[in-house]
Amino acid sequence: MFEFRMPSLGADMEAGKLTRWLVKPGDQVERGQIVAVVETEKSDIDVEIWASGEVAEIVVPEGQKVPVGTLLATLRTAGEEAVVVAPALVAAAVAAAPAAAGVATVAAPAPSAMPAPPGALRVSPAARRRAAELGVDLQSVAGSGPEGAVQIADVERAASAPGTRGDRAAAMRHAITAAVERSHREIPHYYLSTEIVLDRALAWLEQENLQRPVTERMLPAALLLKAVALALREVPELNGFFKEGALQASAAIHLGVAISLRDGGLVAPALHDADRKSLTELMSALRDLVRRARAGSLRGSEVTDATITVTNLGDRGVDAVFGVIYPPQVALVGLGRIRERPWAENGTVVARPVVTASLAADHRASDGHRGGLFLEALARLLQEPERLAQVAGGAP
Amino acid sequence: MSEILTHPPTVKTTYREAVREAIRDALRRDPRVFLMGEDVGRYGGCYAVSKGLLAEFGPERIRDTPLSESAFVGAGIGAALGGLRPIVEVMTVNFSLLALDQVLNNAATLLHMSGGQFSVPLVIRMATGAGRQLAAQHSHSLEGFYAHIPGIRVLAPATLEDARGMLGPALQDPDPVVIFEHVMLYNVEGEIAADAGPVDLDHAAVRRAGRDVSLITYGGSLPKTLAAAAALQGEGIEAEVVDLRTLRPLDLPTLLASVRRTRRAVVVDEGWRTGGLSAEIAASVGEAAFYELDAPIARVCTAEVPIPYPRHLEEAALPQPATIAAAARRLLRGA
Repeated sequence: MFEFRMPSLGADMEAGKLTRWLVKPGDQVERGQIVAVVETEKSDIDVEIWASGEVAEIVVPEGQKVPVGTLLATLRTAGEEAVVVAPALVAAAVAAAPAAAGVATVAAPAPSAMPAPPGALRVSPAARRRAAELGVDLQSVAGSGPEGAVQIADVERAASAPGTRGDRAAAMRHAITAAVERSHREIPHYYLSTEIVLDRALAWLEQENLQRPVTERMLPAALLLKAVALALREVPELNGFFKEGALQASAAIHLGVAISLRDGGLVAPALHDADRKSLTELMSALRDLVRRARAGSLRGSEVTDATITVTNLGDRGVDAVFGVIYPPQVALVGLGRIRERPWAENGTVVARPVVTASLAADHRASDGHRGGLFLEALARLLQEPERLAQVAGGAP
Repeated sequence: MSEILTHPPTVKTTYREAVREAIRDALRRDPRVFLMGEDVGRYGGCYAVSKGLLAEFGPERIRDTPLSESAFVGAGIGAALGGLRPIVEVMTVNFSLLALDQVLNNAATLLHMSGGQFSVPLVIRMATGAGRQLAAQHSHSLEGFYAHIPGIRVLAPATLEDARGMLGPALQDPDPVVIFEHVMLYNVEGEIAADAGPVDLDHAAVRRAGRDVSLITYGGSLPKTLAAAAALQGEGIEAEVVDLRTLRPLDLPTLLASVRRTRRAVVVDEGWRTGGLSAEIAASVGEAAFYELDAPIARVCTAEVPIPYPRHLEEAALPQPATIAAAARRLLRGA
């Protein structure tokens, strides 16, 4: 029996509201299939399941907000029979179960609470009364009690936290606040930047786009992201997480792409395996990601998997970005606008398109020397655009 | 000398000795008081509570009876009606069922059926509970049977002070009083004030203060419940322990005040769950404090089996500190 639980869709996520089930008991599901839509403080997320089998039971009904880790549904995996164990029988068996000599170690019988009817919120009487007094919408309160029940402390917490009272923009701000506060509190940042000439890259891109239909034309962002991904292969300590006092470098390179949302706020979903995608694949994945982020239909894995964040504020006319690392990641790459500027070269001054690339990195995980090597690699890779198109991804 | 003035003098005693001292005190104070029951005289009582009393007070006041619970409880009722103050010892609550007719149909009813003319100032003491591998016919906890009966008072001393102090006021009560002494408490040792005397019979006692959950219990389960509360403290859960002391009439105001503070209750009862005293307490709390509750009321009771003889099964059947702590944890965290 596979237990499908409320995933953590971000380091600071405490609870999510299950807004929609896309499967029902008896349905066959495949590993990786999107089975539910979960509303977090940031957005609606399409959540995948990471096992194949038959949906046995939907435990949490639509509309209920539950803490991370709460059992949402159970799945019968291949070879399992449909067996339902009545808790009462388990409890009755306890009396006859022999315990270790001299010590009573028999577990207490499971509580005989009846399952709540579908759609009903589990709210304690005291919490319900306090919610009425405080004007708190119980649908928006995450329960911390048994089986996700809302208790009086949850209501009081919800009443004092503006981010959980149904106002999406405020909730988003609340989530961002939690993340950046944690980042500033825990991560000793260091910052480096370099200017990278893009004349060759842009010239190559122009030629390449001439051969493509309008719908498949590439933006400079695709080249920049590919170069970032490949440069990370050379400096792996910038790619991964800092957890439990140590760097956990990631072999996979999932670029979290910072995307601002139209109604305010920010998400940074993952472009999976960016180093192994062709430029064409990368471009179409980026388009898809931006569209879905703004439509509020990201997948759970995209929300959780990013191993580094790339933020590009060039569109806003910004020259350089020195960003705040999204914990538990260990680095953030910032890209400013590509602008033409006087560039001294071989004793003369010429006009060249230039971008300022910056790195904010966690000094616990890497040192400035390694950070410098990363920016150097990034600059080098962008001088050879035709090779960027070839590396590990097939035809551009 | 100054130490004695600042700290009231205490004596070391056991629960068994405290009960004996209470009986001796009552016999000395009031010539109408006498003790009778199976083996209370020459043998000194099945649990050695009355050891030495025959020599001290003589066979008129320490009376061995035939093995006939109905007869000697009935004789106790007659003696009480006739102006004496009998203390009747029944060996275990299991055997007391032979005298249940006398208690329920006579002792509890006569005041009411005589228009208030005849009180029955009788005290019945009996051992209760499991834990000594005495098997199903000697180990049950039937306090709930007696707490069901209007017209009597039911006491469950769980501490040395209550073992010492409940008998005196019980004898003063014009109505029949049943006192349950848990067999696992007799050997409990501790310090008690040298001048310990009568205690109040009308109130439950908070034995340990806490803010997160109320553990409501009585009698032999009190030490286990206190052990559970100590274990929970290590996990950051502050459990309050309420000792009922009097099972009938229940001191609901004290129970409710505790539950209103903690918003959660676990009832720990060595009786069986179905139709038991724990059900009465849970229902009363639910009736009076529903809107203050932050979790369902939980119960930890004896498994619904005749108490088994083998040690491991007996222990598995009874409430234990681990099962009590687990029930409290579930109300707070669900795990």
